[in-house]
Amino acid sequence: MLHIVACIKQVPDTKIIKMNPKTNTMDRASAPAILNPYDAHAVEEAVRIKKKYGGIVSVLTMGPPPAVKAIKKCIEIGADEGYMISDRRFAGADTLATSYALTKALDKIQKIRPVDLILCGKMTIDGDTGQVGPGIARRLDIPPLTSVKKVEAVHQEEGHIIVHRKIEDGHEVIQSTLPCLLSVEKEINEVPYSSFPNMIKAARYDPVIWSVDDLEDVDIKQLGLKGSPTIVAKVWAPPKPEGGKMLEGSPDDQVDQILSVILEKKELFQAKGGS
Amino acid sequence: MSERFDCIVVGAGPAGIACAYELAKGGAKVVLIERGEYPGSKNVMGGVLYRQMMEDVIPGFYKEAPLERPIVEQRFMMMDKESAVTFGYKGMEWGKEPYNNFTVLRAKFDQWFASKAVEQGALLINETVVTECIVEEGRVVGVQTDRPDGEVYADVVVLADGVNSLLAKSLGFHKEYRPDEVALATMEILKLDKKIIEDRFNLEPNQGCTIELFGDATNGILGTGFLYTNKDSLSIGVGTLLSGLIKHKIRPYELLEYVKNHPMIRPYLQGSEQQEYLAHLIPEGGYKSMGKVVGNGVIVVGDAAQLVNAIHREGSNLAMTSGRIAAETILLAMQAGDFSEALLDRYRVKLMNSFVGQDMKKYKDSTHHFDKFPQYFDQYIPMMNRAASQMFTVDGKSKWEKQKKIWKDIGSPREKIKIARDAYRAWKVMK
Ligand SMILES: Cc1cc2nc3c(=O)[nH]c(=O)nc-3n(C[C@H](O)[C@H](O)[C@H](O)COP(=O)(O)OP(=O)(O)OC[C@H]3O[C@@H](n4cnc5c(N)ncnc54)[C@H](O)[C@@H]3O)c2cc1C
Ligand SMILES: Cc1cc2nc3c(=O)[nH]c(=O)nc-3n(C[C@H](O)[C@H](O)[C@H](O)COP(=O)(O)OP(=O)(O)OC[C@H]3O[C@@H](n4cnc5c(N)ncnc54)[C@H](O)[C@@H]3O)c2cc1C
Repeated sequence: MLHIVACIKQVPDTKIIKMNPKTNTMDRASAPAILNPYDAHAVEEAVRIKKKYGGIVSVLTMGPPPAVKAIKKCIEIGADEGYMISDRRFAGADTLATSYALTKALDKIQKIRPVDLILCGKMTIDGDTGQVGPGIARRLDIPPLTSVKKVEAVHQEEGHIIVHRKIEDGHEVIQSTLPCLLSVEKEINEVPYSSFPNMIKAARYDPVIWSVDDLEDVDIKQLGLKGSPTIVAKVWAPPKPEGGKMLEGSPDDQVDQILSVILEKKELFQAKGGS
Repeated sequence: MSERFDCIVVGAGPAGIACAYELAKGGAKVVLIERGEYPGSKNVMGGVLYRQMMEDVIPGFYKEAPLERPIVEQRFMMMDKESAVTFGYKGMEWGKEPYNNFTVLRAKFDQWFASKAVEQGALLINETVVTECIVEEGRVVGVQTDRPDGEVYADVVVLADGVNSLLAKSLGFHKEYRPDEVALATMEILKLDKKIIEDRFNLEPNQGCTIELFGDATNGILGTGFLYTNKDSLSIGVGTLLSGLIKHKIRPYELLEYVKNHPMIRPYLQGSEQQEYLAHLIPEGGYKSMGKVVGNGVIVVGDAAQLVNAIHREGSNLAMTSGRIAAETILLAMQAGDFSEALLDRYRVKLMNSFVGQDMKKYKDSTHHFDKFPQYFDQYIPMMNRAASQMFTVDGKSKWEKQKKIWKDIGSPREKIKIARDAYRAWKVMK
């Protein structure tokens, strides 16, 4: 039976969040915590694969205790099991330390049930790096397939998967061995409104929660702030784009106006890479 | 077929949560279905939570619940255009355990209250709308939700879906409200520094003040306003009968702007920042507008049953008490294995014998009375203001002379009799 693990993260809703104008950092208390939207697509894709080929979907997160809510959201979408690693010693992790900790948790999940496929979101809406997925793949020494926008087929018996990857001028269809890791794009699917029985299941669900001590072969030095070589040297807000100008008049007038603006400022357009 | 429950409670406001809490505590298998993202996310209340009825559900709740401020002072402001006669009471006994009332923000409070029901074993399902009751052979046997595979079955369904309960209406329990049976209230939560609030309202930390506004607060339309202190915000709102808004062709937010800019109110709000704008209906038809509250397999509680005492701005407490009594009745019905209207009617009887029913009856004429006789708001409050102004203005005239003038200004002997009669009537409906 296929075992698919989706890695998920709880993030502040950055559509609503307020920035602290003094420090330029997010005021996390100002926005509700939600399931990273890309990760909802990862879970949904896992559930679709399960529905087609049979199997079990687990989700894994590293986060503080309230992140249980994000796991419950995944159960609503249709995941079967939820695992969470939560410990003060994980705090302050950058992508390197995050992928290390998640890999240790995946090792433990493997022992419960071998993992065939790992799904991640394209990126988080708070950290935005998109590095954690490939980081996990590298540590597990399995192929990372990023920018996946379609899962064509999963052949567990033959041990391979066929997916469509988004590339700059179209997409490529590639086959990879299993197990492997996919980072999925938003367009891969639509997350439907969860069924009532799934809502009930989620309301009752208690995830498995592990601390550092529950994991094996952990090098404490590689966890959390200590294991994070990333240094934030400076944070600043990008300058707001300048006002701009509204063109008025008939469509023809407006075309004339915009043409004269372009001709007038042609150096500007050339400097930006035009010719 | 989907899972069965002993009871489905629709709506996680004070009524529904109190009911689910008591049911779960009594060992029933109960599911509480709420359409909002979380309980309280859409709920609106000026914010006075009455301690007694909450303690009937969770004794000593104030030790852990997210409350804003215990209220130590209640003021009543009779407003004219540029003046106000204010009276009030402040007492330190209200500032210590067990307290009297508290201001609350419902988004926080309901969420906490619901988490207590979950602790007792109730299953809370958010973000789910109940679209109709499932009726089989003349009895309610479950509900349909808007989700895939969305039907749920139970022995009893409790409708706690708030004012204008579409579910109770579709069962034929009540009709569409008339515009003079429901008030539309709008309010804002204004962020203001804690220290400024305490200075402005003459409070110590952990003390709160409520001001009820009458007369010009609603620009002459029958209704009331309020200004309450929270920890680091103020709640200000106005509520008027829908019929009044229609008659005066004024939009609710215009009325709120009016009171916010009133010279008696503006200084309290200075420097504050709008945090939230909310609007909600209040059922104010009272006892006479109450519909059917019990049927086979179904009970209606809280605002859905029109349980609001408009004169005293009480609603959440009536809601909680009705939810609690409904739960008691359902636990009894479970023992008897009988969920018929005949047995569940014990809820109605008990409710009408409790303070809820007594107050509903006592104030049955009050809103209608003030709606029928607008002179209370149009004439008497300005009259009070003029009298106070004349009396307290020191201009060399003797107080005796002033009293004579005030008396004369009130009008002819006939008008004086009319005022005396009105005063008596008002006292009778409000006492
Ligand atoms: C410059 C910079 C400064 C930062 N400063 C801080 C800080 O001061 N404090 C702080 O707390 N954080 C900080 N972070 C964030 C922190 O490093 C990242 O949030 C974290 O390492 C995960 O990376 P990401 O959010 O970019 O995830 P991405 O790499 O964008 O995530 C890709 C996918 O990986 C998976 N994934 C990511 N994180 C998790 C997780 N925790 N559990 C399970 N799956 C996951 C999800 O599937 C996700 O869709 C900072 C990040 C950067 C780049
Ligand atoms: C501006 C204003 C000020 C007020 N001030 C006070 C005050 O100071 N003190 C006081 O005691 N009372 C006050 N009230 C009255 C008080 O708010 C109500 O009486 C009280 O909230 C009633 O509780 P309830 O549980 O019956 O309904 P509600 O609190 O309205 O709860 C109903 C719940 O049901 C949910 N729901 C509705 N339909 C569905 C559906 N189909 N499916 C699923 N869920 C559904 C709603 O989302 C909501 O959470 C005030 C009201 C207003 C509008």
